[in-house]
Amino acid sequence: MPQQPIALSILIIDENRLRAAVIEDGLRDAGYTQLTVVNDVVGIARKIADTSPDVIVIDLENPNRDMLESMFQLSRAVRRPIAMFVDRSDQASIEAAVEAGVSAYVVDGLKRERVKPIVDMAISRFNAFARMARELEDARSQLESRKLVDRAKGILMSTRGLSEADAYALLRKTAMNQNRKISEIAESLITAAGLLAPPEE
Amino acid sequence: MSVRSSYEIVAGFMPLLDSAILIAAKEKGFADAEGVDLRLIRETSWASIRDRLAVGHFQVAHHLAPMPLAANLSLTPLAAKTIVPIALGLGGNAITVSNALWVQMAHRGATADLEPIAAGKALRATVAQRRNDWPLLKFAVVHPFSGHNYELRYWLAASGIVPDRDIEIVFVPPPLMADALAAGSIDGYCVGEPWSTAAATAGVGHIATVKAAIWRSSPEKVLGVAATWAEREPDALAALLRALCRAAQWCGEADNHRELAQILAGPAYIAQPAEWMLRGLSGALDLGGGDIRHVDDFFVPFAKGATFPWKSHALWFYSQMVRWHQVPHTPENAAIARETYRPDIYRSALKPIGIALPAANAKVEGGLVAPTPVGSAGASLTLGPDGFFDGALFDPDMLDAYIESQRH
Repeated sequence: MPQQPIALSILIIDENRLRAAVIEDGLRDAGYTQLTVVNDVVGIARKIADTSPDVIVIDLENPNRDMLESMFQLSRAVRRPIAMFVDRSDQASIEAAVEAGVSAYVVDGLKRERVKPIVDMAISRFNAFARMARELEDARSQLESRKLVDRAKGILMSTRGLSEADAYALLRKTAMNQNRKISEIAESLITAAGLLAPPEE
Repeated sequence: MSVRSSYEIVAGFMPLLDSAILIAAKEKGFADAEGVDLRLIRETSWASIRDRLAVGHFQVAHHLAPMPLAANLSLTPLAAKTIVPIALGLGGNAITVSNALWVQMAHRGATADLEPIAAGKALRATVAQRRNDWPLLKFAVVHPFSGHNYELRYWLAASGIVPDRDIEIVFVPPPLMADALAAGSIDGYCVGEPWSTAAATAGVGHIATVKAAIWRSSPEKVLGVAATWAEREPDALAALLRALCRAAQWCGEADNHRELAQILAGPAYIAQPAEWMLRGLSGALDLGGGDIRHVDDFFVPFAKGATFPWKSHALWFYSQMVRWHQVPHTPENAAIARETYRPDIYRSALKPIGIALPAANAKVEGGLVAPTPVGSAGASLTLGPDGFFDGALFDPDMLDAYIESQRH
């Protein structure tokens, strides 16, 4: 069921373009149509004056947050005062936002009921993005360690005449005895084999 | 004898020279020796440090000294009650201007010896000769509640320049200051090291004066501590304070500066060249173009009671918050500022290790023209010189009169 467009202007400030796009999509799906994404804070005062946002969503790690916070209080570019969205009755959601790495600033007088869904959406999208990034990283390192183990097995098979299964068993046993990861044992073995190999002709 | 780590403490810090005491406490084993497993997390903004202290990610953090006052006065978002049981040194900032502005100031009497009176007069004359239709000169500081903001404004005002009317003051993160200066988007800035050295070394700016010349031996960073945690874990806090005090002592020894500079330059810490760190640590500043000048007491980590949380420091910062219309002056607000600093905790934690403990909790600021031995328990203590460049005094017992004298 298509939702009614919601008449709130939202500015998303995030140096991570991919994450900014993920948040933008989420908000658009939820019925927000007046969305502006900024990846770079150069000229931000002008952007704020032009879009006159009701809500500003920004990543917590952004080094320009001190500048932005003081600008929200002082600048002539901002027609209405903007304050960080802090719902004091809801400590859990404050923690969730900081945990997720996102903060929201809202103009003076905007009701919490109207802001809360935006903040919740930003939190869930930030978390989803972090999970995606972690999974990607895990997949990458799994692939990397499988390659290492394969190479180490090959070395053991050719130098010690072991079968593939025995070579793997030896690697695993060594890892368990030394309380290390099998990929670390494989890596040391490959390094050692490289050092001990006869110089190439 | 080694003590098993029994206190886990997470501390946030910003990559600045004056995070040295926290970093040395961890890297040189002072925290370990007190049974503190100290985890340091580098942050990208003071806002982030404030937020993570508020939600309990950090128990303690490197803070701009006025930040805990602002938090307790409810002037900032996500303000959790924060106390200051120790300072992280004195001094360490400089005011740097663009090469173009320096040429104009030098032409009007500014001298390359960091003398703030001549530099201030020259800047005033430069401002006065600008045409009305030109934009105002723009100076940057790092945060509205910072020593940088107040010392820049103090220097300008005492030089006859009205901040916000004659000069615009904007906010820029420290690592971006030198680039902003080079790009011409600002004309000058006041910042902690190594970010003035960054501009001077790159040849894009000239150091005009320093915090140590505007107000010698003046307060800068402190350890902000979540009040709820401090109440719950007094032993952990006391152990950390002992570790920090010993670390500060180590940081203050000239023989250790080279090693400290190497540690600070590391990728997990400030991640900038060790030579840059050495400038601020030794006080031998490159003002620009290789003109090296030695500054007495540029950054003081330990000597002169540099870690003591003087209530007169808290009240001076409060007076400047009032002066620049950040907070109204009321007896209640002054009391909140005074109670934010906790020399009582400092004393009880450090008494057992024989560190010099001053007899008083507050002092008249700016009154010492020479190093002066003062009453203390434990080791002997010498304070000063500590003058303001305009010869003014700040007597914390005459707070109302001081605030009144600065109204205009």
